[in-house]
Amino acid sequence: MAYEITLLTTMAISVLFALSLNFISGFCGQISLGHAAFYGAGAYTSAMLAKAGAPFLLTLLPAGLVAGAIGLIVGFASLRVRHDFLAITTMGVGFLFIGLVRQQDVLGGELGISAIPSTGLGKIGFMAFAMGLAALFAGFCVYVKRSWMGFVYDSIADNEDVSEIIGIPVSRYKLIAFAIGTAVAGVAGGLYAHHVRFIAPDSFGFVESVTVLAMVIVGGIGSIWGVAFAAAFLSVLPLWFQPIDDFKILLYGALLFAMMRFSPGGLAGLVARLRGVS
Amino acid sequence: MSTLLDIQNVTVRFGGVTAVEDVSLRIGERELLGFIGPNGAGKTTLMRVITGMVRPQAGAVVFKGTDISTWPIHKRIRGGLALAQQIVQPLHAFTLLENVVLSAGGAKTGNPITALLSNARDDERAVALELLERTGIGAAADRYPGELPLGFLKRLEVSRALALKPDLLLLDEPLAGLNQAEAESLADLIAKLAAGGQAIMLIEHNIREVTRICPTLYVQDNGRALAHGPADEVMADPAVRRAYLGLEEAC
Ligand SMILES: Nc1ncnc2c1ncn2[C@@H]1O[C@H](COP(=O)(O)OP(=O)(O)OP(=O)(O)O)[C@@H](O)[C@H]1O
Ligand SMILES: [Mg+2]
Repeated sequence: MAYEITLLTTMAISVLFALSLNFISGFCGQISLGHAAFYGAGAYTSAMLAKAGAPFLLTLLPAGLVAGAIGLIVGFASLRVRHDFLAITTMGVGFLFIGLVRQQDVLGGELGISAIPSTGLGKIGFMAFAMGLAALFAGFCVYVKRSWMGFVYDSIADNEDVSEIIGIPVSRYKLIAFAIGTAVAGVAGGLYAHHVRFIAPDSFGFVESVTVLAMVIVGGIGSIWGVAFAAAFLSVLPLWFQPIDDFKILLYGALLFAMMRFSPGGLAGLVARLRGVS
Repeated sequence: MSTLLDIQNVTVRFGGVTAVEDVSLRIGERELLGFIGPNGAGKTTLMRVITGMVRPQAGAVVFKGTDISTWPIHKRIRGGLALAQQIVQPLHAFTLLENVVLSAGGAKTGNPITALLSNARDDERAVALELLERTGIGAAADRYPGELPLGFLKRLEVSRALALKPDLLLLDEPLAGLNQAEAESLADLIAKLAAGGQAIMLIEHNIREVTRICPTLYVQDNGRALAHGPADEVMADPAVRRAYLGLEEAC
């Protein structure tokens, strides 16, 4: 039973994390290769506060705020760059984050932070809480997609210049997506820190960024259910089948390539196509 | 007639090419101005200066009494400008109807919070459908741009611009790609809008339709203003005939 609880908690956190990237990549077409940095910023914030004695629930809001604030700054800086350049920029941010954290003794340097206090919710309670947050955010995403905001994001993903020429303040919308996406990644990071109760810089590196991007692309960029499903599945794959853990970057790299090449719409696109055929 | 748009000494250079050279031009409220000139005269470039898509090396754009030269594109559109582009730019993921609906939803899309809290699209859909009917492509409302010929997409550009309810409508060769009957009917619509008080600046190569509907013409050649005045006088100007019509006859 304890094993299943761990699996489900891991899934819920990954779903939340992947959906947060989907808010940026899927909603306004901005590919990020450094999303793990925001996850990490939230994890470190939450862990430090918990170590300082703050109750778990009160660490999540600052985790989101810190990650969102960094996200907003990165967003501002990347407004001028587009498409593939944005991927490179965010990748740089990811490396910068790791590099900085490694140097900070307060953050535990290479060794990271261990013995993060328990949440006090119990294993089942924490699992339910993580699942609840993931479901809540999924619901929010569905709502946004149906609103005029989602309509605008679809147009920005389609063509920024056209969106601008019909009077849409494109930069403002992109910044909002960045802020929300990175803040939620920070909250997911806070959950992660309290789930494993030990964090180190390596947990938030390039491999993690590629992993979460693979979840979004395999699921079908922009598709909330597709991404949630892919995140749930891919997050527990290494737990079920240990050797995968060693070849993660290879596997996810291959998955990314295969999806881009053969089914750019991801699983969601594949399902839609199969439905169309039948 | 009071001035709506005042273009003051605008110059645009692309590397070594001077696309627009020291051009000044005024458009009055309720005016329908025909804007002609040979290929490469800098017509599109001047329109792009008005909307902010091109920043000029010199000069200013004053709209409704305010200098908008430093405004971003979306702000100028919200301020009352709309452009139907020469090179069509439909949103490919949307149907024709959705393309126009989004444009008609300006009151909702301007502020992200309002956009987040708004769901209903019925009003905008009604407006969009009516516009598609008026431009003659209502039957294709639910089709996607990729499936349709240029003539439809040209009229989509016009519908989308009209959905913005602009004070000044900028049309860049809206009749290109349309057959004679379609061109005539769209020109009729433009004339009708103008008769209703809509200010319009119309770039067109279709001289027959331009001279039919535009009382005033402005001619640009090689980036420079060549003539500006009542259509018949401008068309009789030897310089215009040389620069523009000479080329036409040669074609
Ligand atoms: N973005 C650009 N970069 C470089 N040169 C450009 C650019 N846009 C326009 N030009 C050049 O500026 C000149 C004017 O072009 P413009 O498109 O404004 O002419 P036009 O009058 O609209 O022509 P047409 O009737 O063919 O549409 C041309 O020589 C063109 O090659
Ligand atoms: Mg042109």
